[in-house]
Order: sequence, then C-alpha cells, then structure tokens
Amino acid sequence: MLRRRLNRLFGGDEKRVDSRTIYVGNRPCPATETFIPPKFCDNRIVSSKYTIWNFLPKNLFEQFRRIANFYFLIIFLVQVIVDTPTSPVTSGLPLFFVITVTAIKQGYEDWLRHKADSEVNKYPVRVLEDGQPARKDSEKIKVGDIVEVVEDETFPCDLILLQSSRDDDTCFVTTASLDGESNHKTHYTVPDMEKDLQSLSATIECEQPQPDLYKFVGRMHIYKPEHDPAVRSLGPENLLLKGATLKNTKKIYGVAVYTGMETKMALNYQGKSQKRSAVEKSINAFLLVYLCILISKAVVCTTLKYVWQSQDGQDEPWYNQKTEKEKGTILYVKMFTDFLSFMVLFNFIIPVSMYVTVEMQKFLGSFFITWDRDFFDPEIEEGALVNTSDLNEELGQVEYVFTDKTGTLTQNNMEFIECCIDGFQYTAFSSELDSFCVTDGPVSTFQEKAGREKEELFLRALCLCHTVQVKEAGPDELGGDQVDGPASEPLRPAEQRGFIASSPDEVALVKGAMRYGFTFLGLESKTMKIKNWQNDVEEYELLHVLNFDPVRRRMSVIVRSKSGDTLLFCKGADSSIFPRVRPEEVERIRMHVQRSATEGYRTLCVAYKRLSVDEYAAADAGLREARLALQDREEKLMAVYNQVETAMSLIGATAVEDRLQEEAAQTMEALQGAGMKVWVLTGDKMETAKSTCYACRLFRRSTELLELTVRTLESGGRRREEMLHDLLFDFHRKAVQDAPPARAGVNRSWSSANPEYGFIVDGAALALVMNPSPDTNCSRYRSLFLQICQNCTAVLCCRMAPLQKAQIVKMVKNSKGSPITLSIGDGANDVSMILEAHVGIGVKGKEGRQAVRNSDYAIPKLKHLRKLLLAHGHLYYIRIAHLVQYFFYKNLCFILPQFLYQFFCGCSQQPLYDAAYLTMYNICFTSMPILAYSLLEQQIAIEVLLDNATLYRDIAKNAMLRWGPFLYWTVLAVFQGLIFFFGVKYLFSNPALQDNGQVFGNWSYGTIVFTVLVFTVTLKLALDTRHWTWINHFVIWGSLAFYVVFSFFWGGIIWPFLKQQRLYFVFFNMLSSVSAWLVIILLIVLSLLPDILLGVLRKPRGPHTQQLSKESLLYVDRSPW
Amino acid sequence: MMASSYNIKEEDGHHSGSSGPGGNAVRTKKPDNTAFKQQRLPAWQPIITAGTVLPAFFIIGLIFIPIGIGLYVTSNNIKEFEIDYTGIDISSPCFNCSQSYSWNTTTSCTCSIPFSLDQPFESNVFMYYGLSNFYQNHRRYVKSRDDSQLNGNLDSLKAPSKECEPYRINENMPIAPCGAIANSMFNDTLDLFYIDPNGTRTPIPLMKTGIAWWTDKHVKFRNPGGSSSNLTAVFYGTTKPLSWPKPVYELDTDPENNGFVNEDLIVWMRTAALPTFRKLYRIIQKKNSLTPTLPRGNYTLDIVYNYPVRSFDGRKRMILSTISWMGGKNPFLGIAYISVGSVCFFLGVVLLFIHHKYGNRNNSSDIPN
Repeated sequence: MLRRRLNRLFGGDEKRVDSRTIYVGNRPCPATETFIPPKFCDNRIVSSKYTIWNFLPKNLFEQFRRIANFYFLIIFLVQVIVDTPTSPVTSGLPLFFVITVTAIKQGYEDWLRHKADSEVNKYPVRVLEDGQPARKDSEKIKVGDIVEVVEDETFPCDLILLQSSRDDDTCFVTTASLDGESNHKTHYTVPDMEKDLQSLSATIECEQPQPDLYKFVGRMHIYKPEHDPAVRSLGPENLLLKGATLKNTKKIYGVAVYTGMETKMALNYQGKSQKRSAVEKSINAFLLVYLCILISKAVVCTTLKYVWQSQDGQDEPWYNQKTEKEKGTILYVKMFTDFLSFMVLFNFIIPVSMYVTVEMQKFLGSFFITWDRDFFDPEIEEGALVNTSDLNEELGQVEYVFTDKTGTLTQNNMEFIECCIDGFQYTAFSSELDSFCVTDGPVSTFQEKAGREKEELFLRALCLCHTVQVKEAGPDELGGDQVDGPASEPLRPAEQRGFIASSPDEVALVKGAMRYGFTFLGLESKTMKIKNWQNDVEEYELLHVLNFDPVRRRMSVIVRSKSGDTLLFCKGADSSIFPRVRPEEVERIRMHVQRSATEGYRTLCVAYKRLSVDEYAAADAGLREARLALQDREEKLMAVYNQVETAMSLIGATAVEDRLQEEAAQTMEALQGAGMKVWVLTGDKMETAKSTCYACRLFRRSTELLELTVRTLESGGRRREEMLHDLLFDFHRKAVQDAPPARAGVNRSWSSANPEYGFIVDGAALALVMNPSPDTNCSRYRSLFLQICQNCTAVLCCRMAPLQKAQIVKMVKNSKGSPITLSIGDGANDVSMILEAHVGIGVKGKEGRQAVRNSDYAIPKLKHLRKLLLAHGHLYYIRIAHLVQYFFYKNLCFILPQFLYQFFCGCSQQPLYDAAYLTMYNICFTSMPILAYSLLEQQIAIEVLLDNATLYRDIAKNAMLRWGPFLYWTVLAVFQGLIFFFGVKYLFSNPALQDNGQVFGNWSYGTIVFTVLVFTVTLKLALDTRHWTWINHFVIWGSLAFYVVFSFFWGGIIWPFLKQQRLYFVFFNMLSSVSAWLVIILLIVLSLLPDILLGVLRKPRGPHTQQLSKESLLYVDRSPW
Repeated sequence: MMASSYNIKEEDGHHSGSSGPGGNAVRTKKPDNTAFKQQRLPAWQPIITAGTVLPAFFIIGLIFIPIGIGLYVTSNNIKEFEIDYTGIDISSPCFNCSQSYSWNTTTSCTCSIPFSLDQPFESNVFMYYGLSNFYQNHRRYVKSRDDSQLNGNLDSLKAPSKECEPYRINENMPIAPCGAIANSMFNDTLDLFYIDPNGTRTPIPLMKTGIAWWTDKHVKFRNPGGSSSNLTAVFYGTTKPLSWPKPVYELDTDPENNGFVNEDLIVWMRTAALPTFRKLYRIIQKKNSLTPTLPRGNYTLDIVYNYPVRSFDGRKRMILSTISWMGGKNPFLGIAYISVGSVCFFLGVVLLFIHHKYGNRNNSSDIPN
C-alpha cells in the first residue's frame, strides 16, 4: 500500500492526466523528439501485511486494538505496577499465550502470503530484448516491455495483445481466477500489426488503471518511417489481464500496459468487510454487564474497606502494622490503588480464555462443514467450502433468505424446448433423447406451418446470431461442451463438437438449431460456416458483432452471405425486441412468448433485417468510429447499436428450459417450514421467475399474488406514481391491516387458515419505491413496501440489477428488529447481495467462481442449504450459545466466593484461591469439556433436525442468548457461588476438621471451595451434555482427574521458585478429612439440584416440537434406556 | 489477500484439469467417511426425564438423611467446653490482666478461671485457644512471612524476604522468624488443673506435640543448619521478633520442638480462614481405658496473660473438645445433610405426583402427532 502511495507521489503529474502513454518496447518514437521513459510502478505484487522488521510492533498494535486484549493488557499492567493480590503471572501468562498464538498464526499466514507473492514475483517470464526473448523475473517487467507468453501460462501483467501464433490473430484465454468464468474467451491482436515486433515503433495511449475488468479504452499509434502514423483503437478485446491464462494458443506477444499493483486484478482486490455475528454482539452485551458487575464489586469492596478501617483498631492493629511505604501514601491514591487491586482480584470474571475458546470453537467447528460428505457433489468433485468461520452460528439464525434464480434455484443447464416461427409453434421434441433424429431433415410437424423459407431463415438466425465457438475436439476429449459440463450425454460422431460460450442459452440455441438440421460448423477467419438441411455448407462473412449487454438485453450480428446480401440478425428479450420490429408481427408471437414464459421457459425473440449497401456503410462507419473513441466509447457504441437495430422483422421466438435444481422445491419448503421467508431476486423476467416460484412451491395455488410491476402500474392508464400509491396502499390494507395479528414473534402460525400472500415486484417498480421522485413526498412507500413484503410468505423480485438486489437485502437487514439475512447465489451478479447479507452463500455453479470467492460459505448445490441451515446452523448456534452462557456462568461462580470472602477478611483483597488455581481454572480445569461440548454436542440428532424444519424456530431470534436465559445462568451462578462460599464457611465455624484435632487454614478453605467449584461446574456441563461421545467422556472425566492430579502434584513439592508454599499438602490434608469429603459431596449435589429439577419440570411444559424430537430421537437412536 | 486468490486460481486450474474422465481426484477430494468427521460418533444420549430423575431423588434422599442423622448424632456426642477468658467483664478474674497491658513488663500477669465439667470427657481431649475479630486472613498479614526462611534456608535467615516488612529487620539485624504472622504469635500460657473434691490441685498433663500437620513439622518447617546443631549458634546474628519475650531458639527445651519446628509456631503460622478461629493448643492424652480423660468435677484454668486483644476488640477463648471421625463439634454438616436429603425426598414425592398426574395426559396428547 505504501508503494502505491509513493507511486502516487512520484507519478503525481502523470496522474493528473487521464491517460498514459506507453512506448512499446521502451523505444523512443519518431513522433516524440525527447524520449523520457515514463515512471510506472514495477510489476511487484505485495499482498503481505508485514515484513520481518515491522511484524512485531505492527502485529502487537493490531492485536491490542481489540478491546478484550487491551483490557487484559491494562489488567496486566495494573498488576505489574500496583501492589495487587495476585501476581502478574496469573493474567500475564494467559494473555501472553493468546497473543503469541495469534501472532504465530498471523505470522504464518503472512509468511504464506510472502511465499505466494514471491512465487508470483519471481516467476520467470520472457521479455523481448533486442528481438530475443530474455528471461526475467516477473517483478522486473516494466510498462512497455514486450512479453512472451506460451500456452497455459498466466499473464504476468496486463498486456495488449500484439501478436498471436494463431493464424486468425486471436488467442483464447480463461479468466477463471478473475471473474470466475471458466469458458474460453477470444481476444484479438491489434489489427494490422506487422510481424516484426523488433522494428515496431509505436506508442499506446490508454486510460489510467481502473478496476473494471471489462472496460478498457486505448489507442495505438504505429509509426512507420515513410508513412503517416497509423492509429488503431484498442478495446477490452485486445487486453490480456494479469491472472488470466492463455489457452489453445501456442504463443503470444504482448506489451505491458499496467503492471504490479496497477493491474486490474490488483485493483479489483478488495478486502471483504468484516461480518460480525449476532452472537458476538450478545457476547459484547454480556461483557458489558459483567464489566458493570466487576466495577460495582470493586467499588463496594473499596467502600467497605474504608468503612471497616475507620472502626477503632481495625485499620492497623498491633499485629498487622503497615509498611512505611503504605503509611506514606496519600489516602486518595491509596483508595484508587485499592480499587484497581479489587479490579485485578475480580478480573477473572471476564476471562481471556473465552475469546480463545470461542475462536477455537469457530475455527475447528467449521471443519465439520467441509468434512460433511452430504455436501460433496460428485459432479464437480467438490464439497462445501468455508471462507469464514466467524458466522457458523449465524446459519442457525437466518430469518430471510434471498435467493438468486438462475443457477441457484434452477440448474442453468439450458435445454432447447420449443420454438415459434412466424406464429406457428414447433414443439419438435417429444423426448430429449431421440431428438437427434431430425438431422436428416425436418420432422413432419415442421412443415406446412410456416413457409420453408421462414423456417430456414429462423434456423440460420439461430446458427449465426451468437458468439459461440466450436471447440476443436481432440481425440481424448470427445463431446461435452464447456458449459454443459462433463455430465452431458455423449454425442454421436456427427455432433462430436463442443461449444464454448459465455452464456448457456446460446449453446442451447445452437444445439437446438443443430437438432433441427442446421449445424454451426465454426468461425474461421471471420467466416461462419453452417451446414444446412441439404448438407451444404453455407458461408457467411461475419462483419460485426453487436455484443450482448444487460441494458439492451439483446445482441446482433451483421453478416454477409455468399450472394452478397448483408443481413443483421438480432436476438433478445421480448421486451427489447418488440419495440424494434414491425408491430403487426408482434401479436402473433407475443402470445407464444407469454405462454412459454408461464411454463417457466426462458424465451428469446429472433429478428432480422436486410441491410442495403448504404445502410451497411453507415452502420459500419458508425461502429468503427465509436470503437475508436477514447471517451464515452460505451455510450457511443450503444447509440450506434440502437440505431442499427431498428425496423427489423420478427422471425420467431425460442423457448429454453432452465431446469430446477435437484430438490429445489423440498429445500424451499423446508426453509419456509423453518420460519424463514424466502425472497427470490432475479434478473429474469416476471413470467419465467413466477413459474419457477410455482415450481419451487414458493407460491402455491392458494397463494394470492400481489403484483407491483410495470404492467400493473401502467394498466390503469394513469401516471405510474399515482398507481404506485394506490397499489401500495391497497396491498398494505390487504396483507398487513386485514391480516390477523399473527406476527407475534417469528412463530407465525404455519397451518392457519389465513390467506397466504405472495408479492411480486420488478426492478422498475422497485426503483420507484426506493427512489420516489422528489415531488411525491412518499418516503412512506419504503416502509409500506417493507411491511407488505414482511407479511407475505414469499416475495419475488424480478428484473433486478445486481445493485438493486443488494439494496433489497440492505433494506430488510436494516428494518425493525434487524433480522438476520442470508443471500445465496452463484453468479457475479449476486456478489453484491452476498456481500451485503449477514451470511453470504455461494453456489458452486456454472456462472463462475466469483460468488464463491466472495461468499462466506460455498456449497455445490442449492439442496445443501437445507442441511447447512437446519442441521449445521442449528447445532452451531446451540453450541456457541451454550458455550458463551457457560463461560460467563462458570466465571461468575468462580469469582463470587472470592468476592464474598472480602467481607470476612477485612476487604483486604486477600484471594480465596491460590494463584495456581486462579490461573489454571480457565486454562486447564474447565476449558476442555466446554470446548468438546461446543464441538460435538447434538441435543437433537441431525436426522431429526432435517426432518422437522420447525425445530429451527425454537432458536430463532437469538433465543438462547436473550436476556432471559442470560438471567437464568447468572442467577444459577450466583446461587451456586453463595452455596460454595457459605457452605464451606459454616463448615469452618469449627476449623478442626481432621480426626486428629488439627485445624485447617485459609488455603484449605479456598481449596475446598475450589474443589467444589471445579466439580460442580464440570458436572453441570455433564448434565447439559446430551450427546456423550468418547471424547466427551474423556475430556470431562479427564479434566476432573487432571485437577486432582495437579492438586496433589502442586501441593506435594516445595517449589523453589515460589515465595510462599501456600498449598503444601493442603489438598492431601483436605482429602484426609471426612468432613471435607462430605461437604464437597453435599455442596455439589445441592448446587446441581435446581438444574436437575428444572430439567425435569421444563420438559412437560416445553414446546411440543422439542418433545417430539426427543421422542423420535429415542426411537431413531438406540437409547440406553 | 491476493496471494489467496492465487491459491484459488491454482485450485481452479487443478479442477479444470481433473474434470475430465480421470476419476482419481474423486477419492482425494471427497471427505473421509469417518464417524468423527461426519458427526456420527457413537454417543450415549441421556435424557433428563422424570423417570430417570425420580429414582435419583429418592436415592439421594435415602442416602443423605441417614448420613445426616449419623453426622448430627456424632456431632452431638462430641463434648465441647468453652471459656472466654478475655476479661472484658469487671467480674472476670482476668479483668486486671487485660487492663494492664504492656509488652515490656517483665512480670507476666496471671489469672486463673475456675470452671466445672458436668460430663466427663472420655477420649483424648483437645485443647484449643480461640481468637475472635482477629484478622489472620488479612492480605497484608497473610503474605507477611518468609517460607524459605522457615524452611531453614540460611540466606533467607540473614536476608528475609521483603514481604516481611515492617517486621523484617530490627536494629540492623534480621528478624527470625520474620513477618507479621510470626511476630504476633499467640503467647498466652494455658494450664489446666483438676480440683479434687478435697481441694487439691492436680495439674493435667498437656502434650505439646502432635498439634501441627506432620508435613509442616517435618518438611515445610526446618531449622537452619540441620536439626542436630546448636540452635543458639545458628540463629546468631538474628534478632527475635519485636513482640516476643524470648528468641525463637528458646521456645522450648525439647530440641525436637524448638526453633522453627516448634509446633506452637507452626500452628500459628497456618493462617486461619476467618476472623473468628480456633487453633489447637495442647492435647490431653487418655491415660487408660478405665478413667475418663477429664472426669466430671471442678477445674481451674491458669492463664499467663500476655496476648493483648482489647485494642482491636478481640476475644480470647479456651476450648476443650473431644474429636470424632468427622473432626470437632459442628452440627452444620448433619443438619445440612438431613435438610438436603429431605428436600430431595420431598421433591421426589412432588415430582412423582406431577409425573403421575400430568405425564400420562401428555403422552396421550402426543399420540395423534
């Protein structure tokens, strides 16, 4: 980062201009007399955070920025400076341990980053120097160098493609690591480039580095000795991005334009913002409570101390004189240090170890997700992926699920279903398997509907209007096109060709045309070849491709046939095609399109236009000009596109089925059963999305649909704003006001007779709601809209832009009660909502890896969401909630006796327990059982959780970490703390506890209390454990045994490094006293009594579901009873 | 950060490479099917139900109540006799002593308190002294000792720990034993006399040893320079604690009970847990099985009154007690056991009632589901 800042500093002048000039090969050009090599940053990638020198200070600084660590540091410092009852070791040791472990972990991670960096930076590349490739380290590449890259290598920096080994001046790359699209993309060399790069003298003018992967504008000036400088336009198709991989091309040469931290890849790296779970917020709230308890305890003790000391003879009795130093201290300073001492004495109430344990639980716990075989998908040979372990428990708290449609709910595996030519419907394929039989000629149904000419035109359009490439099938990789994945059915020899395309629709269409008898043979040097019904090869010269973009929602090609006709074929969404064709043609097709859409198919309309010579010339000139523009190229291109794509004639429409994911409907049903509200956010059109919703059973027959779309808004013939107003209030009355008040908590009655509402909104209407025009002061719309949405069982938002998806998520996230949201999606367009939601889930789908990379959890299929939430989420939540409560509980009843003891020792900060016990309590004696519990506990078996989705509602709204349960645990801790202390105190009313009349002292007192404490706290956990694996047994009984062994050991030796041998044989003597045994047993039983009692009493009154699950659990597993 | 994206890229590459027909990657990538990783470890799944808890309650009740009764009876059978000899009351024989207090008096004040035992003390009798409102557990006090000095370390003997301040050095000589605890050692002398009906005073033999923990006496506390050497020489160069009338090597004539291993000192050095406490002072051994250790009758307690407690409103007591297997007299344990046992039993009955009444109904309502 510093490097970047320095660059900015040095390259200050250069930054101000909005373009940079690059001298190809770093050679001076004739045009510029004085060649000043411009300064750009070198090609070094720095992703590491630390260097050897700054690691220690920087890492420590970052660690102590955490409030908890800082707090412990303060406590430690107080212990060092002030005369405190416990030695600094008691808090210093755990803190040191935590800090060291974290530092080692972070250092290791950074070392890995260093290694990865240097691997990248030292990667050997070949740079052309004097015409000869010279080996260099990647980091040495300078802007302007000409770099040679061979097949399957990744580009070391952003390059402008100058020369390719392929004949057609193209090369193929995959950008899987950049945007996740694994298909091959074609990039082109700078047009009309001479072959001899050594003699090339050129400059490139291009824009300053910017992160958009798909935008690049530049201009290349080529100087030739005797000619005028030639100018070539450069676009993204000429730019090879760092991180992309060269495929299917032997060798290319490119000139570096952006290097190092200025490459698009480096600019695109953005740190994901830290997501915090609700549990963490609860922890912090509890911490505050405990901090208050701590401070008030210290205040009470300090006050009492001075009250007590003011009595006659108590402050300084003859037997206990103060030291000179103590006498000399000013009263107020003394009071303050006393306060600090009490803080230190009671500081164990907020344990360092809780943070460690929580972190460990999250880290280790997340492995269970990656290990789960149910998440393994044999197709992609991958299981689930956990990108962050901080949110495990949040999976059990989800209230809103936002799902993408394409690729998530549906397979994004397109199947050509039917088409409609000139108003006639062709449902050619009754079954998918025998569909290839039509290659000989049109099937019978194909004739006599539309004219043969129309049919041929339609199929030609399908064959030509696309950007699909034919994959040259090697002998080892037969069949299987890139998009369909390896699972596609083997093709017969005639169709032994795979298709590569950026969109699966296109492959489906080309394959569909192939089934009808028109085969696309490939694109060779701007000539598209297709094979028609007569098995003749038709050739078309590809003149222009008017690329697809989501705003236009269509794409076109301009081709010239052998006969010299110039044709424009256009395909796109109905809404974008209909206005551009002759209206009389529309009606015949519209009906079919709508019918197909309601069946859940994706529809595209196909149109064409014959261009006259003049028209083409105008279009050609416009396109070329727009492509050369440096500024606003996109807008200019768009304008030309729109100009060209007019007055077309509609040929027909296609319907492509996007099949539902496996178990999509069951998953959605389970999620709804679990009390989650499922919203579908899609960019697709309403009809298609609606049919998917019906198919997924998000909408049922009984669901009343409320529609807020452009269609309903425009139906009334009034202004949109007015209509919006009316509709919103109407819906609000229906769904919110008339609905019975079932919104008591999240547990909305599932099987009630209330009408269910489904809400449909589209992007345009949403834009109206979210950003109402200023004259209509309708900021209420948002809240109305939100209320309606919240009262509907399912909400469908269609025609959404990616940003709008995030907007919706944000709106719900920030609504009242701040519900936990989950977004699931598979494509780059879902990234924004994945990042926005509390939990982002990426589906390892076909649309690349971007969603996966930005997600918190990634699963192969939608169906895995069910287990992830209902089983894993549920268990994680229970585990961590219990962990947190238990930690606070055990430390409260640990410290409470110590607090009470102050009343009996003159508030002198005398610790009740020995320092070793104080230190080891949280580290050794009680930490392992809870960790094992929080990793292994399954109060309800996984199968039961999966079968009864309603169980998920029991833990909704952070149920186990609300103030109620917290109060219960606190009261329990106080109760037990009182019992421990006073039980032993009454026993010590006669300290002669041994049968030889000898007496016990204060350390025996503390040891008895501590023994009771350790056993009670551990057994309390044992009582709560419902799932005893051997690990639980081992750890629980092992901890207790360890305590006993340690106590013997600690008390059995005169430790030379200890100033005082306080515990020498104390534990042994304690065990030799029958009374001590009896009191320990009594107090343990008494402390656990309320918990056992509540366990019994709670059960008959408990929620029905829990009982059900327990009973079925009894049934499922061989219970010991 | 970026490096991680490189890793992912590699993974991608690997993935696309293996996505072909080659199936070797399947085995490596698929998670292991172990019970632990799949969260299917065999587990015992106990459930707290009325059915399981009820017997437990009854059993606890049935065990605890007899134990409690046993404890209570045992405690009640322990004979205990207590005299407060502080001398607060003007009528008390020790009133004068308690008033005329000064450390430097060469003549010690003595007083004797007559008392009578209504019941004979049969077995060994343990004589305690008790102090009240004496904060032996005050932090400043508790830490004011040097265990290494008491363990016979010669360096610590000459240079006691700083913790002993302000009882560390007196007149440039290290104090042995140093610290507030040792300095304030209880130094009243208590003697017991049996008054025959004919009026003769028979002194009752009091054993000075066996009152401290064995490990304390033999390991934790040791005289410097070994046990055999001349204590006076070893302690040369040190001074006695301020409030002691004589140095540590003159605590007793018995060399086994002198210096740091003096059991009175050891007992005192084990700081009490609460401000009201008792410490074992002497043991009265049972002579033979025929006569009780302390028969019924009149006694006098002769006190050499040295220890001042009035300044902090303290009390001094002498306690005679027999000891059972559970230690000294303390009805608390017995009562607690009886009450916890009864509560358990009672809860058992209540739960049985609830279970019987509501449990059935609950079960029947479950069946339709």
